[in-house]
Amino acid sequence: MGVVFQKTPVLTDVTLHYCPGCTHGIIHRIVAEVLEELGVAERTVGVCPVGCSVFAYKYFNIDFHEAAHGRAPAVATGIKRCQPDRIVFSYQGDGDLASIGNAEINHAAMRAEKITTIFVNNCIYGMTGGQMAPTTLVGMKATTAPLGRDSDHYGFPMKVSEMIASHDGAYYVERVSVDSTKNIIGAKKAIKKAFQYQVEGKGFTFIEVLSTCPSNWAKTPVESIKWLQENMIPAFPLGVKKDKGGEA
Amino acid sequence: MARMLMKGNEAVAEAAIACGCRYFFGYPITPQNEIPETMSKRLPEVGGVYVQAESEVASINMVYGAAGCGARVMTSSSSVGIALMQEGISYMVGAELPAVIVNMMRGGPGLGSIQPSQGDYNMSVKGGGSGDYKLLTYTPGNVQETCDLVQRAFDRAAKYRTVVQVIADGIIGQMMEPIEIKTVEPVQYDDSWASKGWDYKTGRGFDGQERPKSIINSLYIEPEELEVLTHRLFDKYAIIEKEEVMYEEYKTEGAEILFVAYGSVSRIVKNVIEVLESKGIKAGLVRPITAWPFPSEAVYNAANQDSVKKVIVTEMSAGQMLEDVRLAVRAIKPVSFYGRVGSQIPTPEEIVDFAIADLKKDEEFVLGGR
Amino acid sequence: MNRIEINADACKGCGLCVEACPKNILALSPDKLNASGLSPAEVTDMSQCLACTACGLTCPDSVITVYRD
Repeated sequence: MGVVFQKTPVLTDVTLHYCPGCTHGIIHRIVAEVLEELGVAERTVGVCPVGCSVFAYKYFNIDFHEAAHGRAPAVATGIKRCQPDRIVFSYQGDGDLASIGNAEINHAAMRAEKITTIFVNNCIYGMTGGQMAPTTLVGMKATTAPLGRDSDHYGFPMKVSEMIASHDGAYYVERVSVDSTKNIIGAKKAIKKAFQYQVEGKGFTFIEVLSTCPSNWAKTPVESIKWLQENMIPAFPLGVKKDKGGEA
Repeated sequence: MARMLMKGNEAVAEAAIACGCRYFFGYPITPQNEIPETMSKRLPEVGGVYVQAESEVASINMVYGAAGCGARVMTSSSSVGIALMQEGISYMVGAELPAVIVNMMRGGPGLGSIQPSQGDYNMSVKGGGSGDYKLLTYTPGNVQETCDLVQRAFDRAAKYRTVVQVIADGIIGQMMEPIEIKTVEPVQYDDSWASKGWDYKTGRGFDGQERPKSIINSLYIEPEELEVLTHRLFDKYAIIEKEEVMYEEYKTEGAEILFVAYGSVSRIVKNVIEVLESKGIKAGLVRPITAWPFPSEAVYNAANQDSVKKVIVTEMSAGQMLEDVRLAVRAIKPVSFYGRVGSQIPTPEEIVDFAIADLKKDEEFVLGGR
Repeated sequence: MNRIEINADACKGCGLCVEACPKNILALSPDKLNASGLSPAEVTDMSQCLACTACGLTCPDSVITVYRD
């Protein structure tokens, strides 16, 4: 009788404050498992954003820096540049990264910064209660788009992975999702590859993870997964956008 | 290092390097460009790292990251660029991170001008960012003093785990003066708080120190915890106020007119004092070298002399340090103001004329150049 | 026998594992409430468990441990 699946020690025992069914928890677990499997947790420094994952530092057994809203890639740059042998990653939401922090993420990619960014896209501002984000889908309701995002007024959802992949400094960019067991396994493969590239000293690696927000989508956790599959995956196609080290 | 003729901005970079600064994150803006330019050339030569960020906002947050690892790090900018850094500065103070910021002030408001000014006094010492905090702020009057104060700033930043500012102006940044860059061995302070890798298996830092996991953070969602943090900050400020005040007294003994001026303007005022002396009017100067903690006691004591009829504050601004002087003097003597705005530099003559005329009047507030 | 353990008090009753289990042997407890007043997930027929770890993979709060024969 052997254990084939258990909580990784890189996660702390602190109960996640995330809403029931919020897939932030799955993404946290994947990152923690990857750090454990690559044996780099003790030299990894995380940077968390302002947003639902602002308390991520409570959930990982590694050193962490809490960044100002949108500035995690810059904080991560500061860390990596003075501690080049450390593994540095930023963990950010779509409000933090695609909106206020858009310059920072693009320039980190342009500079081929040797850091990894985990970008959690749930098409909405979670912590502040459901406002529209740059990735909010057309027609999707938000507290600041009460009649749904009208492209005539608010334009169209931002394709962040494609944008980041356009930088020559980006080494590996993939969009994944955690909506199904198969995709969760795929997401872990991609996140592990991103961190592995960093271990090898490669340039900027970026993984966008489609994620749910049951509370602000006003859906049950299971309904949210379905909504993601039916609406977000078509709007944000999964897959490798760039892989300088791989076949793609 | 031998004595040499050097431009202020370049001297700032050399002085920082000579006291162990190895990381600089900045952005171009006149009139401080030679600081990042020198750093971009020199830091790689000494095993350091220079990164030009995409903005001053990104710069200060890169400083935040490096400072969070305990690195000796600085940035520099001018007025509007420093304004963009205010949020990051407030975060760094809240996270108790050491760093040095040099501001070569230029004209404002808005894009203002690229010529020198002292218009950032309030932004610098009345809290440009959000929340309750103070910043140890040095106001050098020449290139040598700027170098010495930058080096002092690095030590005090590490000692008090806070951001320290050196605010000069475009004159000092662009002027060449004979200086000597001293090599200073950095004092090591405890940096077990630094967050740069921690091993959950052994409970030790990746570099071996015996310490818990380290979180660099300024968010305290529980008010009680934020209150504890703020009390800790203000305990520090009480010590800084007691131990770090710096000023110069110049011919204040028995003065009739007491000038209060800092930075480049204080040099003009020293000329004014000579001219007034030649006209039989004894004048003196209290020159703040720290804008915060402000040398209130020194100003009060000098103003309290029976000989003093008038205190005159002169600034390249519309009167910002003026308010600190009024507070310090506590209305025991009239406090007049003569200032030039728009990056206009006052001449000794116009200050002399104002001072002589002002002796016959009560408190005056004059913006010259009309 | 393959089996799983659920830390009932840490479970938020989100139901994602119930959806993910290929053998449909997970359900939110109809009668028990955990420390947070939520209905935790529980196994209806442990004998059917494949120890495939699908439940563990989809649990956002890492409350499931899976044992395989």
